[in-house]
Amino acid sequence: MNIEHLITMANQIGTFFKSYPDADQAKKDIVMHIKRFWALQMRLQLIEHVKQHQGEGLEVIVKEAINEHGALLA
Amino acid sequence: MNNAINKDIDFGTPVVESDKKITLEIDGTQITVSEGTSIMHAAMVAGVTVPKLCATDSLDPYGSCRLCLVEIEGRRGYPASCTTPVAEGLKVKTQTPKLADIRKGVMELYISDHPLDCLTCATNGDCELQDMAGAVGLREVRYGYDGENHLKSEKDTSNPYFQFDPSKCIVCSRCVRACEEVQGTFALTIQGRGFESKVAPGVENFMDSECVSCGACVQACPTATLIEKSVVDHGVPEHSVTTTCAYCGVGCSFDAQMKGEEVIRMIPSKNGGANHGHSCVKGRFAWGYATHQDRITTPMIRKSIHDAWTEVSWDEAIKYAAGEITRIQGKYGKEAIGGITSSRCTNEEVYVTQKLIRAVLGTNNVDTCARVCHSPTGYGLKQTLGESAGTQTFDSVMKSDVIVVMGANPTDGHPVFGSQMKRRLREGAKLIVIDPRAIDLVSSPHVKADFHLKLRPGTNVAMIAAMSHVIATEGLIDEAFVKERCEWDSFQVWRDFVSKPQNSPEALSEELGVPAEEVRAAARLYATGGNAAIYYGLGVTEHSQGSTTVMGIANLAMATANLGREGVGVNPLRGQNNVQGSCDMGSMPHEFPGYRHVSDDATRALFQTAWGRPLSSEPGLRIPNMLDSAIEGNFKALYCVGEDIVQSDPNTQHVTHALESMECVIVQDLFLNETAMYAHVFFPGASFLEKSGTFTNAERRISPVRRVMTPKNGFEDWEVTAKLAEALGYPMHYNHASDILDEIAALTPTFKGVSFKKLDELGSVQWPCDDANPAGTPTMHIDEFVRGKGKFFITEYVPTTEKVNAKYPLILTTGRILSQYNVGAQTRRTNNTAWHAEDLIEIHPHDAEDRGINEGDWVGITSRAGETVLRAKITERVQPGVVYTTFHHPESGANVITTDNSDWATNCPEFKVTAVQLNKVSQLSDWQRQYKAFSDEQIGFVQNAKSEAKI
Repeated sequence: MNIEHLITMANQIGTFFKSYPDADQAKKDIVMHIKRFWALQMRLQLIEHVKQHQGEGLEVIVKEAINEHGALLA
Repeated sequence: MNNAINKDIDFGTPVVESDKKITLEIDGTQITVSEGTSIMHAAMVAGVTVPKLCATDSLDPYGSCRLCLVEIEGRRGYPASCTTPVAEGLKVKTQTPKLADIRKGVMELYISDHPLDCLTCATNGDCELQDMAGAVGLREVRYGYDGENHLKSEKDTSNPYFQFDPSKCIVCSRCVRACEEVQGTFALTIQGRGFESKVAPGVENFMDSECVSCGACVQACPTATLIEKSVVDHGVPEHSVTTTCAYCGVGCSFDAQMKGEEVIRMIPSKNGGANHGHSCVKGRFAWGYATHQDRITTPMIRKSIHDAWTEVSWDEAIKYAAGEITRIQGKYGKEAIGGITSSRCTNEEVYVTQKLIRAVLGTNNVDTCARVCHSPTGYGLKQTLGESAGTQTFDSVMKSDVIVVMGANPTDGHPVFGSQMKRRLREGAKLIVIDPRAIDLVSSPHVKADFHLKLRPGTNVAMIAAMSHVIATEGLIDEAFVKERCEWDSFQVWRDFVSKPQNSPEALSEELGVPAEEVRAAARLYATGGNAAIYYGLGVTEHSQGSTTVMGIANLAMATANLGREGVGVNPLRGQNNVQGSCDMGSMPHEFPGYRHVSDDATRALFQTAWGRPLSSEPGLRIPNMLDSAIEGNFKALYCVGEDIVQSDPNTQHVTHALESMECVIVQDLFLNETAMYAHVFFPGASFLEKSGTFTNAERRISPVRRVMTPKNGFEDWEVTAKLAEALGYPMHYNHASDILDEIAALTPTFKGVSFKKLDELGSVQWPCDDANPAGTPTMHIDEFVRGKGKFFITEYVPTTEKVNAKYPLILTTGRILSQYNVGAQTRRTNNTAWHAEDLIEIHPHDAEDRGINEGDWVGITSRAGETVLRAKITERVQPGVVYTTFHHPESGANVITTDNSDWATNCPEFKVTAVQLNKVSQLSDWQRQYKAFSDEQIGFVQNAKSEAKI
């Protein structure tokens, strides 16, 4: 998968949930959305991007969400 | 149901519902009916037939033909029974010597100006005038034809589907009234007075008039004046089979009237739950594609898309496809393959296909065309209300006081429902249209929108936020409903959010391009105008925030208590005939049938037990993911049933590149569609007339599809999929589509009570259909939401990244028109091309003038994704800065210019917003020239295959 597409998709998801006042819940919701709707290979590729490239291109809240709840995605 | 052609009982005037009952006596028989019922209708209920010509029960009484006169004890004269209401204690006589005399005289006058060519007339044996002449005992006409008459009036054959022969017209006005009352187009009129009176389509002929060819006038005509050309050519049909239309999401019921295995005409079923006897030009007339010469009926295979096709037997084709699937999964892994189902498939076909992908191929890489249309509906309504479906019946609109139409064009996209909506609007319901473009509903005969919020494309969420702000800050929320029915915490968070000043109409007015006061007034009307219903379409879903808008709409409905009863609700107008069903049947990569997530252990265990194979708990790839993955080299094979992703999906070059990157593309379809040009295996499909199954429409109505002719390809589509499964080592033991539906019912709680037997008994049924609701569920969420408490979501407006700039200063939005359907594979192979032979680019006069573009000029349309060329149509229907086109013709390349932008939650493409520039050009685009060469080559490959087979 094109990582740029995955970054765009993840950021769009992050943008939706970040408008919630409870940031911790928003991060969980971001990860849960990705878990429920993305294929495993896409999730693993995103995690790898965060690990290898410090999540370059990802919104802060998405990066934090993956760092904090990444285990749910694997 | 398969029957001899028995005419439905015509009660003469519409049924009237009233709690107050009236008892009267008709020809000595006591009958009790609702107050307001006509004597004619009451007589029919009592089994007494009153002669009539101008009356029919689909139209209001008119009282012009004077055949239905009766005598009423104690009353003077001979009142028309169609226009005289019943009254308590009346004693009515329908047959007396005096009445017989009057009727005979009336008929004699009619026949004195009517050709006596019954034996050679196309409606011989199917003519109400003929029947009435017999009923009144007319034996001679004393007046002759020497005087002035209409017998030499010229026929109008301009319409491709029906003809108008004024020499046979009795000026009963049934056609004119049908056009007004049933269709709501008002295209016909009675021109002239007295002897000069005649039915006229306003201009010279039907084709050049406002007529939309819905067929209501033909249906209403009691003579051969308005008649289908197919009946003129072939004679009256001899048997009839009730089935369901394969076009839009209205799901009209039709009686396929047949001669042997040949369809003579499609008559909208009077008892159709969705259409009540009405139709549109597509369902009524555009079925000829089923026997079109372009049909491919023999399987074909080839190694490369640059090779000619080889026609092979079904066994060879199935064996080859199975071999390729096995080879590819062995080499690249099981996730290297996937399937795409279509809304044009029956529920049973979709179910079997996703079962093949999940159970036999061992992956959840299965998706459907809802990905590119209503996937945000599935997501948004599931999140907020708990079920991925609309909340109402179509009939619910007749109890609406306020109708909001957002991003939908019902008169073109869902015409039969559009007519029903117009009926309610003519009765006085208020209308709010939220659309960048002036759809017909904004202003048409006797219908005018109270508000047309002409927002800029891409600002739907801002509009919903602004309306929500008004409702929250002006005290218009129904807090009692919210407290009882919804999650209070989520409501409070939502209310706080929408109440922020940044969400006020004033703050968003510039972004929306709509004056704040108009938004405020429309929001107040929605919240306070009585029963308020929102209808929406792809103008809502096909955006980067499509799911957000759907959730915002559900928020609005919950906040104002517009859910859980008739007349209200959230109503997605599903695009294709079986979009709802294809989603219900588990063709999304994350869900089993019945919208149950693949990670749910109990559900997975249920299907594993039933199917006897281990199932993956991981969501599969969506269509755009499959395409991306193919280009990356990881996705190698596709089984595509009934779908044409090359034409219907965005960024055509990206799609074709992905298909070219695959090693085996298997397409199952009626025709060599655009996707099939990139295929290695072609399985011929069966048309809806050639198979059994069910379709589920936009109101969750499951309707039967009945086979009326033998499949030209030899098999129904589910049989082909089952053969492929068997070749892959997984026999599917079905004997008939009904066996598949039984399995669906056994495994899906919302379908538990559905069976072919029940559909035969009830005609159709709306899911959920279970033990608690054996006759189905017309209105959902009555006492509680499916998810328990309704959940509000914050819907923050995020402008699309597809922005206009100096290079691309205009916004392109796409849609459909009445006469064509989706990618046009069906309608382009009918006479509907008479109305829409090519896709045009609509442009506002100001934008056209700035660019020196005149009507009909070739116009180059350039976006960040590509370029195409279309002819210009200059119109004020679009606002300055916005251009519009359709995508019904592949050579138009409308999706060459749409981009990869998509909805955040579902990847539904942002078809409705593409930044473009227009300029006048003199030739087709490079893509179009390459397309033509490629397309010609591919069609040649098929023709060669056929020729070689003959040799």
